[in-house]
Amino acid sequence: MSRAKTRVVVAMSGGLDSSVAAALLVEAGCDVVGMMMRLWSDPAMGGAAHNQCCTPRQMDDARRVADKLGIPFYALDTQEVFRRRVVQYFIEQHRQGLTPNPCLECNRHIRFDWLLNNALALDADYLATGHYARIDRDLDGRFRLRAGRDASKDQSYALSVLGQRQLRHALFPVGEYAKSEVRRLALKFGLNLESKKESQDLCFLGKEDYRRFLNVHAPDVMKPGPIMRQNGELLGEHGGLSNYTIGQRKGLGISYREPLYVLALDHVRNALVVGPAAALGRDTLLAERVNWISGSAPEAAFRAQVKIRYKSRPQPAFVEPRPGRQFQVKFDAPQRGITPGQAAVIYQGDVCLGGGSIVRSEEFLAAPQ
Amino acid sequence: MSAKAEVYLDYSASTPVDPRVLEAMMPYFSQVYGNPSSSHRFGRQAEQAIEAARASAAAVLNCRPSEIVFTSGGSESDNLAIRGAGWWARHQGQPARLITSPVEHSAVLNTVRQMGRLMNFETSIVPVDRHGVVDIAAFRAVCEQGGALASIIYASNELGTVQDLPALAAIAGEQGILFHTDAVQAGGQLCLDVKRLGVDMLSLSAHKFYGPKGVGLLYVRDGIRLMSTQSGGGHEGGRRAGTHNTAFIVGLAKALELAHEEHEQRTTRLRALRGRLIQGLLRRVPDVKLSGHPQRRLPSHASFILPGIDANLLLMHLDMNGIAASSGSACKTGNPQPSEVLLAVGCAPDEAKCGLRLSVGAQTSEADIDYAIDVLAGAVGKLGQLDGEWMR
Repeated sequence: MSRAKTRVVVAMSGGLDSSVAAALLVEAGCDVVGMMMRLWSDPAMGGAAHNQCCTPRQMDDARRVADKLGIPFYALDTQEVFRRRVVQYFIEQHRQGLTPNPCLECNRHIRFDWLLNNALALDADYLATGHYARIDRDLDGRFRLRAGRDASKDQSYALSVLGQRQLRHALFPVGEYAKSEVRRLALKFGLNLESKKESQDLCFLGKEDYRRFLNVHAPDVMKPGPIMRQNGELLGEHGGLSNYTIGQRKGLGISYREPLYVLALDHVRNALVVGPAAALGRDTLLAERVNWISGSAPEAAFRAQVKIRYKSRPQPAFVEPRPGRQFQVKFDAPQRGITPGQAAVIYQGDVCLGGGSIVRSEEFLAAPQ
Repeated sequence: MSAKAEVYLDYSASTPVDPRVLEAMMPYFSQVYGNPSSSHRFGRQAEQAIEAARASAAAVLNCRPSEIVFTSGGSESDNLAIRGAGWWARHQGQPARLITSPVEHSAVLNTVRQMGRLMNFETSIVPVDRHGVVDIAAFRAVCEQGGALASIIYASNELGTVQDLPALAAIAGEQGILFHTDAVQAGGQLCLDVKRLGVDMLSLSAHKFYGPKGVGLLYVRDGIRLMSTQSGGGHEGGRRAGTHNTAFIVGLAKALELAHEEHEQRTTRLRALRGRLIQGLLRRVPDVKLSGHPQRRLPSHASFILPGIDANLLLMHLDMNGIAASSGSACKTGNPQPSEVLLAVGCAPDEAKCGLRLSVGAQTSEADIDYAIDVLAGAVGKLGQLDGEWMR
């Protein structure tokens, strides 16, 4: 069946970026369909009865934008798949003493698998989202993921889990714009969303629920334990390892002659290992569950820039692909805050080559020759 | 297959206004605009129109004009019957138990529940069989314990199942219990002769039979006292305060009159279309089950359970292909709850999210039915495949 118009499903959230994405596609003459996923939230967390991504308010906003644009809008019940694929992962990772980033899992399993498949089943050609990222093709015709034009808003980190199949069907209409331009576009399209705040917390847990949630679902990592230095010197007691992240300085509740930082979450001993800033640096990391966006791993080690957190800057490094969907990164300079469970994402310039989950970091291994 | 097709198969949700009805209504917006309660000529003209409408509706229902109360629609009629009778019984110090079924429209069920929870009324929900038919023996047993009112839906909006009203009304009557029926879905399709049905009160809503939205009626047998649920002026014999909506009341009466006159030809046609739909779907879609009673159901109404298929996703696929349908668990916020009606007829909670209702009407053609069956078969196939990938 050939249609005159390209059909695009837009994953709408009621927020500025996805709303402008939808408006741009309508303006471009596409046959646009709005979809919003109803994600899971823990019914036991009374305070946050709704997932932050899809409160009734957000849904009303998305529906209003869709009405304004004259496109159909559907709310999809995604609660069970989200619970199984993202929430369970989040709990499992915490149980293993890791610090997961559920947004990547959501993109991998929910947006660009479950929702993409639903869009394709509806005869859509593309699934569009409001991410700040860009897609183009290299000389061999392979799809490339590139950082959004607005580097300060770039979201390619969270999209590093995508492959050729997903990129072939993905559109990121706001990736070509700066956030300020997107605000202006919202004004131009009359979407009435210009003043909306950006969402911050984990979507399925409010900040205040984080602790309570893990207490229920991963009680073993919420048990109090010792805070110690690397040499075993006992400094105090922590309230559960999952309350801390590597590199954290504030909120440790201990006083010491020099500033101390979280160096490691020692899952085996349930110990929070702290030390001076100088001890934070690591110049090597190993990542697993690696996704190469091109579809295949590079054959040899190569120069690149690697980003170890959503909000950190890419740092120059050597990347060495390893068998078993792994890679090793040797940074030119030691990095603070390499955190097992977070993603290490590889860039060459603004091209995102892929990424993997950080398994561990090593301290001051021999620098690359 | 045309991508531009528009096929409306949701006549149970609402119907288009018949042009003849609209024509009858038109003079009462700008020409005959007086307040029917006013004693001057402008008012009298409007009052005449209202009383003519009342007489016309009474003729269809085989009752006296004084037994018709005009309301804003089905939900208000149900509320007036249940609250009105319940509150009056309590006021008189009589037994104030309310009896109903689990396959009622929410206008009845939630009203009874609220009176039970917040106003200490005793309530009894009589069980139904797997087709949604009220268990007569259980109904009798409940009635023998006494009560103020029993309210049983004439034909279920979700299942289409038609209840044996004469039998139920007689049982309630033997125990001195008032019998009300929500006949909103039955309007325009089933016998509305209140003498033959034996009911004390009956609710109708015009927009289910090609009249306008926002107007309905409650038949209240002479001699029944109701506490008004909307107090104010003495309109409608003190039973329902508020200035009459003349045009809409005229529209209601006209639509009811047309439905009555054309009853035979309309329902014969609907039955044939509905039969084609059920036969076609059962043949083309694997695992689909008819819900509701296979024979004793509304002529326009077909309802199904599609195990493993998210009804909301299915409705989305239908809508994208121009087909309007509905589901008992349909939800505009993506948080579908199992249909209470399907749970009541014994469906598992998973299955109770998989209901689909298709209802035919005046503008439905055989080609529409065939197109809908094609689209449904295709969509169910696609969704089954998706679900299979995910729910391994």
